[in-house]
Amino acid sequence: MSAPRTSVGAATPASNPRPDGPTPVRRGPGGGGPFGAMQGPAEKALNFGPSAKRLLGRLAPERGMIVLVVLLGVISVVLSVLGPKILGNGTTLIFKAVVTRSPIDFDGLRVILGIVLLLYVFASIFSWLQAYLLNGVTQRTVFRLRGDVEAKIHRLPLTYFDKTPRGELLSRVTNDIDNISQSLQQTMSQLIVSLLTVIGVLVMMFIISPLLAVIALVTVPITLGITVAIGKRSQKLFVAQWTHTGTLNAQIEEGYTGHSLVKVFGRHQEVEQTFSEKNEELFRASFGAQFVSGLIMPSMMFVGNLVYVAIAVVGGLMVAAGSISIGDVQAFIQYSRQFTQPLSQLGSMANLLQSGVASAERVFELLDAPEQSPDADPAQSPTSHTGRLEFDHVSFSYDPEKPLITDLSLVAEPGQTVAVVGPTGAGKTTLVNLIMRFYELDGGRITVDGVDISQMTRADLRSRTGMVLQDTWLFGGTIRDNIAYGRTDATDDEIQAAATAAYVDRFVHSLPGGYDTVLDDEGGNISAGEKQLITIARAFLARPSVLILDEATSSVDTRTELLVQRAMSALRKDRTSFVIAHRLSTIRDADLILVMENGAIVEQGTHDELLVTRGAYARLYEAQFAAPTDDEPDAAGRQPALVGAPPSTAEIVREALAEDAADGGPLDGGRPDGS
Amino acid sequence: MLGRLLVRFVRPYWPLLLAVVVFQLGQSIASLYLPTLNADIINKGVLTGDTGYIINTGILMLAITLGQVICAIIAVYFGARLAMAFGRDVRGAIFHQVGQFSEREVSKFGAPSLITRTTNDVQQVQMLVLMTCTLLVSAPILAIGGVIFALQQDVPLSGILVVAVPVLLIGIGLIISRMVPQFRKMQTRIDTINRVLREQLTGIRVVRAFVREPVEVARFADANAAVTETALRAGRLFALMFPFVLLVMNVSSVAVLWFGAGRINTGDLQVGSLVAFLSYLIQILMAVMMATFMAVLLPRAAVSGDRIGEVLDTESSVVAPVDPVTVFQSAGEVELRGATFTYPGADQPVLQDVSFTAKPGTTTAIIGSTGAGKTTLVNLLPRLFDVTGGAALVDGVDVREVDPELLWARIGLIPQRPYLFSGTVASNLRYGKPDATDDELWHALEIAQAKDFVEAMPDKLDAPIAQGGTNVSGGQRQRLAIARALVKRPEIYVFDDSFSALDTATDARLRAALDREVSGATRIVVAQRVSTILDADQIIVLDDGRIVGSGTHDDLLLSSPEYAEIVQSQLSIEEAA
Repeated sequence: MSAPRTSVGAATPASNPRPDGPTPVRRGPGGGGPFGAMQGPAEKALNFGPSAKRLLGRLAPERGMIVLVVLLGVISVVLSVLGPKILGNGTTLIFKAVVTRSPIDFDGLRVILGIVLLLYVFASIFSWLQAYLLNGVTQRTVFRLRGDVEAKIHRLPLTYFDKTPRGELLSRVTNDIDNISQSLQQTMSQLIVSLLTVIGVLVMMFIISPLLAVIALVTVPITLGITVAIGKRSQKLFVAQWTHTGTLNAQIEEGYTGHSLVKVFGRHQEVEQTFSEKNEELFRASFGAQFVSGLIMPSMMFVGNLVYVAIAVVGGLMVAAGSISIGDVQAFIQYSRQFTQPLSQLGSMANLLQSGVASAERVFELLDAPEQSPDADPAQSPTSHTGRLEFDHVSFSYDPEKPLITDLSLVAEPGQTVAVVGPTGAGKTTLVNLIMRFYELDGGRITVDGVDISQMTRADLRSRTGMVLQDTWLFGGTIRDNIAYGRTDATDDEIQAAATAAYVDRFVHSLPGGYDTVLDDEGGNISAGEKQLITIARAFLARPSVLILDEATSSVDTRTELLVQRAMSALRKDRTSFVIAHRLSTIRDADLILVMENGAIVEQGTHDELLVTRGAYARLYEAQFAAPTDDEPDAAGRQPALVGAPPSTAEIVREALAEDAADGGPLDGGRPDGS
Repeated sequence: MLGRLLVRFVRPYWPLLLAVVVFQLGQSIASLYLPTLNADIINKGVLTGDTGYIINTGILMLAITLGQVICAIIAVYFGARLAMAFGRDVRGAIFHQVGQFSEREVSKFGAPSLITRTTNDVQQVQMLVLMTCTLLVSAPILAIGGVIFALQQDVPLSGILVVAVPVLLIGIGLIISRMVPQFRKMQTRIDTINRVLREQLTGIRVVRAFVREPVEVARFADANAAVTETALRAGRLFALMFPFVLLVMNVSSVAVLWFGAGRINTGDLQVGSLVAFLSYLIQILMAVMMATFMAVLLPRAAVSGDRIGEVLDTESSVVAPVDPVTVFQSAGEVELRGATFTYPGADQPVLQDVSFTAKPGTTTAIIGSTGAGKTTLVNLLPRLFDVTGGAALVDGVDVREVDPELLWARIGLIPQRPYLFSGTVASNLRYGKPDATDDELWHALEIAQAKDFVEAMPDKLDAPIAQGGTNVSGGQRQRLAIARALVKRPEIYVFDDSFSALDTATDARLRAALDREVSGATRIVVAQRVSTILDADQIIVLDDGRIVGSGTHDDLLLSSPEYAEIVQSQLSIEEAA
């Protein structure tokens, strides 16, 4: 999907399909319809046993509570299971009176019904208490799980985030946890009650009549068999439905996102044709899935009714033969009803449990991932804040197979600017990553003001280092909060000063909310360039002694881009800076230029030195400033339009503007005052 | 809105709906009849010791059970068919409707919102239809049927229903009405927690660089606590539900027995009827419960129904002419005549009184800051928007009077965001000309400076392209989009900021090749970089939707302060070091 991702509050509202991962959708009844649970059909856990055990282990802190919950469950089930039997005694009492043609013993009936009423009232109270407490158990468990995942995220090395696609990671920390929460909640509450009920009912049935009980028991394998058989088939059909849903959604997405192209390229008919076909396929698949899964209810009803009929007939015969009381038959019918329902619930729970455990497994995988090495203890801290940075025989690679940086040594004296240039993907950001200690070195060391960064705490190192990245990451809060991100204790005046230095102040005043404007999810209220300025203000406020700047390439509006450039150079002043440059003009006067290609530093030196050597830098420079060589005048004899060509035009422009540029350019606003 | 939607899309399937109702009716009557037969067994069989009667009635019950399951399965079959066909048709209708939309409507809704409406919203309503067919239809039948059968057994005893049903309804209603806002709140809180996580993951480097882990952990903990709190509240309410339902049912059973005993004592009621009555009572209460649960689905489906209806009710602002011009001289001259465009409801026009002519064989560049209306302007030509004032003409004919297919065939559009379709390089290039030969494709790639990287791909022309073109870089995407337009060989090219992701050298080579290759075509180039358009025959400077200058680069430097400012700012950037 080509919709640009906004970095401000990167979360899109629930109604938007998310580029990084599926929207967490609450599952509807019946395991989700065609577009229901976006994470697809229940996946199978790889190690069901151990993972399920571990998930249960997460409940350990609630041990006492769980014992209480089970106890309450047992009491409530026993009470409610006793109900029908005693109620049956009431029926028998009435029946006897009818058969013997004597008046009904209302006092006896009153006692019986009184007991039953009490039983039912208490059964409901206990069952409510049980559900109430169980709800707390699951919610607190999920709360802790989320907290653990969050804590883990901040202990994981960045390599983990590189290796794992962001969408997948997001899906683990959001969808999977949601899924665990739901399956825990549903299975836990049903599992306990259903199991207890099945046992309790079975006991009562055998007490009343072993013969009828055996008849009822026959339904157990039938019920389980039907549930499992239909479940298996419908699982397959749901997978098919999913696949088709995916294809159709892709079709829809393409059709809508590429809407204008579809039209202008005259493909409207074909697109609609393909859509119809996919739509029809989805219809067939989802019809199959819904039909087969819809069979469960009637089948269970059928089995239940078979038992009902069998008990009515056999029980009737037994009553007629005098071997059982009518009340017991009535009680038995009630029991058999209570029996099949929890049974089928247990059957369908298998799927839910599967998917919950599969989710848990993925979350555990995250929790088990190796963490970054702990900070050195005791840690050293440089005494000065001059920002002298030294690479001392540094070697590094992301992949042991492919050495990336070998034996790199360089010194950035306080206040110097080191520029890193090279084509996209050359690994320029690697250097940044090493300075920030996002990654550990394979060899050599990096020192800041004489201290090895691996001997410093990460917090210490990073508080000395400021970073302005191309990816303007802002969070969904006010502009003030976003600027103060680097220093939570900053005063309003300091924030204002930083904002002014970064040209944020002027546009903030045009916003209705000023500094309290909340950057919304769409980020629609400020432009890309303005976002960049805010991140610069953030770095100003943080007052780092070493600065890392990544220039923007995105085509922001030219006037704002000029401001960004200016703010960046103001920020660089008096600081040791690493600049990842895309425009060579920016770095002509850098103290050191590193040229990277395919992940390795191929050249280093100053601009003039590098031009003389006529190597990679010179080639890059020429590509950007000189005319291409393979052009010829076309048939019409027209000169091709070239960058900076014909040179005469460019010269004219430069001359025309020379005067203006000398006194501060088109923007007469005050120049940034450094820091 | 939901009602209208249902009527419109269910109507074609009325036989299916009828079948569902009939078979659900049969199914319900069967399940209601069983307790009556059971009562007969007791009254006529057990009490008299007539085992033959018991067995015969048993066989009848068995037959009814069989009939019931058959009815139920058929009902599910038709119900699933109806609901899924409904979903298919609504999706189809929305997709078709959106296909008719102009960019104006698409941008009014936003593509992501349209996607959600076609997928999730349809799903919501479809779910309602399915649940209605499989459950809701039978609920009133069971409830009413239950009442009838109960009345048949004993009228005074049915008085219990008058108490039990409202108690159940009100109780469940109260619980649900409190639970729904909690669920809604929970959804927004889950969205919040997911947003926080998303922010942390996308900004992990920034978080670490600014040593903000503790603050982020605290921020997350707040969100987590909020979700848990709401979940606890909703869960507590939910915990009340089933104990309450059970209590109502059980207390009603006790009441039936107590009052029933009195009626039996006076000889007004038979014992078997008492047992049957108990069954009906439970069935009625279950049906009431089911119907109440269904009520939860309704508000959500109603919202979805509204959102779908909005799309279906929106008429495209760009409609094909009734009597289109199909023959006109084919040169490709483009003219805007006082073109004005205002978004519906906006006070300020995006474009105001824009007039210029672009002749075949020339390049017209359009420059201006973001939001100046450049993209809107070029979108007027292929009628992605229609002017709200003035006119856009191609070869002297108003574009609104031309057969759209013919119009589009003449325009090669390279949009600002170069979207590629999933498929292969070749399938994308052939998008505008399905019968183009491989040679034509390679030729276009060569002009677009894309030959090298396509050749470097293992499958060359058959190299797979992911949806949106996400598996190639931005620059490559742009060049493929240009090649795609070139393959079509149109008379008019519209480059909407199509060189922005290219480095300056490639940009220059590409423009040189274009000049050679399509020298006879009319080219309209929207650009950010001045260097891209220095050589254009005509440069239009837009500011706030108005033309503030037009002419060649050299003219404009002297005559247009706005242009000079743009040039100056860009050169300053190049110079700032």
